[in-house]
Amino acid sequence: MSIEIRSAPHIKAPRSVEMIMRHVVWSLMPICAFYIYQYGLSAFASLVVVTGSCLLTERWFTKTGTQSGDISDYSAVITGLLLALSLPPGFPLWMGAVAGFVAIALGKALFGGIGFNVFNPALVGRAFVQAAFPQAIATYTPSFLPGRFHEMVPSSMAVPFMQPADVLEWLKLKQLDALAGATPLAKWKFEGVLAGAEELVTSLSGHMAVGPSPALILVCGIYLAMRRFMDWRIPAAILGSAGLTAWILFAISPERFPNPFFMLFSGGLILGAVYMATDMATSPVTPKGMWVYGAFIGLMTVVIRYYSGLPEGVMYAILLGNAATPLIERITQPTPFGKSALARLGQVKRGASYPLHPGYISREDAGAVTPKKRFLPNKPKREDRES
Amino acid sequence: MSQPTAKTWDEFMEGVWRQNPVFVMVLGMCPALAVTVSAINALSMGVATTFVLICSCALVSMTRRFTPKEVRIAVYIVIIATFVTAVDYAIQAISLALYDALGAFIQLIVVNCIILGRAEAHAAKNPPLPAMINAAGMGLGFTIGLFALGSVREIFGAGALFGVPLFGEGFQPWVVMVLPPGGFFVLGCWLLLFAAIERRKQRKLVEVTENV
Amino acid sequence: MSAEVTMVPQTTPTAAMIRTLGLISAICGLIIVGAYQSTYDAVQENKRIAVERAVFKVIPSAKSIVEYWALSDGQIEKVGAGGTAQAGAIKFFAGYDEPGKLVGLAAEGAAKGYSDYVRILFAYDPSAATVTGFGVVSARETPGIGDKITVDKAFLANFPLEAKLSDDGMVLAHEIRTVKHGSKTNPWEIDAISGATITSRAVGKGINDTAQTLLPRIAPHLEKLKEKS
Repeated sequence: MSIEIRSAPHIKAPRSVEMIMRHVVWSLMPICAFYIYQYGLSAFASLVVVTGSCLLTERWFTKTGTQSGDISDYSAVITGLLLALSLPPGFPLWMGAVAGFVAIALGKALFGGIGFNVFNPALVGRAFVQAAFPQAIATYTPSFLPGRFHEMVPSSMAVPFMQPADVLEWLKLKQLDALAGATPLAKWKFEGVLAGAEELVTSLSGHMAVGPSPALILVCGIYLAMRRFMDWRIPAAILGSAGLTAWILFAISPERFPNPFFMLFSGGLILGAVYMATDMATSPVTPKGMWVYGAFIGLMTVVIRYYSGLPEGVMYAILLGNAATPLIERITQPTPFGKSALARLGQVKRGASYPLHPGYISREDAGAVTPKKRFLPNKPKREDRES
Repeated sequence: MSQPTAKTWDEFMEGVWRQNPVFVMVLGMCPALAVTVSAINALSMGVATTFVLICSCALVSMTRRFTPKEVRIAVYIVIIATFVTAVDYAIQAISLALYDALGAFIQLIVVNCIILGRAEAHAAKNPPLPAMINAAGMGLGFTIGLFALGSVREIFGAGALFGVPLFGEGFQPWVVMVLPPGGFFVLGCWLLLFAAIERRKQRKLVEVTENV
Repeated sequence: MSAEVTMVPQTTPTAAMIRTLGLISAICGLIIVGAYQSTYDAVQENKRIAVERAVFKVIPSAKSIVEYWALSDGQIEKVGAGGTAQAGAIKFFAGYDEPGKLVGLAAEGAAKGYSDYVRILFAYDPSAATVTGFGVVSARETPGIGDKITVDKAFLANFPLEAKLSDDGMVLAHEIRTVKHGSKTNPWEIDAISGATITSRAVGKGINDTAQTLLPRIAPHLEKLKEKS
């Protein structure tokens, strides 16, 4: 066992992974409820199926012993809910199930389970289905459709492995403009139509193809930050840097670029900043690192949105940020008290290490059971092996 | 007579299964990931590589007695490049569509490490016939590996096998499978499967030896 | 270096190395030339069939084709009729029907698409001064999005596309442009596919780039091209 060196104060509170995760799930509940209110039955089915798929996959991997952790720690529920919230509401359910499976299997189990994953599992799942089904994931349905609590979006009920029904035809039957099926970001990118920021903040105005309300997500995020279940620095840095970059570009040429409020409140930026980028296992633990990490994600989001072929860039920005996390942690090691500037300049090779978040108590402390690892003895070396 | 036959069979199966170039040795990944978007491409690539492998191993083996070790790599590369050029012309003569689909990867067979590895490790030390048998086994193993990747990617990516649709009209293609990441995913899954089989075998072996 | 060499107890004589390499090279040379000779006819035949199939696809009424070079000095000459391609020469195909009447011209255009250059072969109808259609020669666009250019009905409805020469005959009267989905107003504009704007733009640019230089060169020779020679 390695010795952990942590700086004071040593917080001792009845805080376990499970408890933190449970609070995050609770804070997600109002967002999910509003999402269902916006999109009706399809959104509900999507949330249930994606989360169920995540839980089943998690169960299978914990059972077969290839992944540490326990299904009761709620982390798979968070992954499932976030994944479902980031997908279009009318996303075919079978594709949602694939996304859930890939999220847990590829994003988490492969690295060894909770705490070991390099990338945010929900985003891994989303990235996979985005690459696999680019058309389905770009097909949004408008919110607040009449009769949304009685019938599903036809594409939801696609037969597994078969193409979903054409949503545009269905929307035409409802006498809605076919363009209503595009997100505000896609509309801006491909049609040059800008949605008002005040409409985006509440998502309450009718028939917009948007995700859950940014204002609600912010409120839930503030609750989490106040209870210290999440570090406020990361969302603040992401929103700050994205807003600043967008504002500078807007100031340079207002006719080419949309205003910074549109950038902040459209797409999945708020959801990503508050819930996805703050995943403890995949974000830096050093305070300075959090600012760097957040600023990087915000900048990349705006760059991808403006200069790439994709309308939305939050997902790839966060995945890039995740990949850069170990590096960011390395270069932002705090100097322990008493270390001279001379030492900082390279006399001492390594600074103190902060392997854990101060608010986090290890699994052993919380009384959780780690499954015994089953490894085989080393393979006997074969003699006829060549080269 | 039974003794040499058994040994020959062993030499052959070496490449097909125990030292499978794709799944066990993880060699030749460049074509294995790049051209396996469909079963027919994968199979053609495998056959082309097998042909180069057998011919070059035969020639390397025949000239092994008077090849000074100082220039042996140059000799091998010249021999391999010769047969790759011949295959290049042959594929152009058979089908230009296939030639376009395989692209630069036909020429890149020259630097396929399986072939140079076989020439150096086996053909340079053995008479022509065993060298060819070993090369054929390796080639078959490589072809099987490519086909395993190509068929899975075509089934998911296009809903077809050898261009024959399997699921009817409404199939939703998994676009990622025909893109480069799909190659990595499928290869990873196959490697996982082979590692699991190997581990199970090892576990059984451990149990047996413990019981004895 | 030399010190090391002297320490090796047995060195291969230089003559032996050269002899071996020479012998191997000779054998390999024979094999390559043999392979080239034996496949030459089949390869040429295959290439011809591939070109014809592509041209017949974009000029459906053509029964036979003749390949030409449009030289940079404004002359045209048949491909293979003595002399090689000069710098700046553009290859084009003239398609003729059964009695030998010109039914259309075809040329290649290329422009940067989403992931790689999109190379297309487009057909030009000289009597109506329109681009009548195009076929993809090679493209690596995203399956399901960018490759819709050959199947999307709304996109194919852009053709025939106006490609008139300006009054002085030096350039096109109107640049062929790809515009955003739903904003096509002129017959020389291409309405992009929604969601595949970049690939659509590559098609427009490919046609425009070639047409701007090729059509002015061909225009003076149209009378000569009218009948199959």
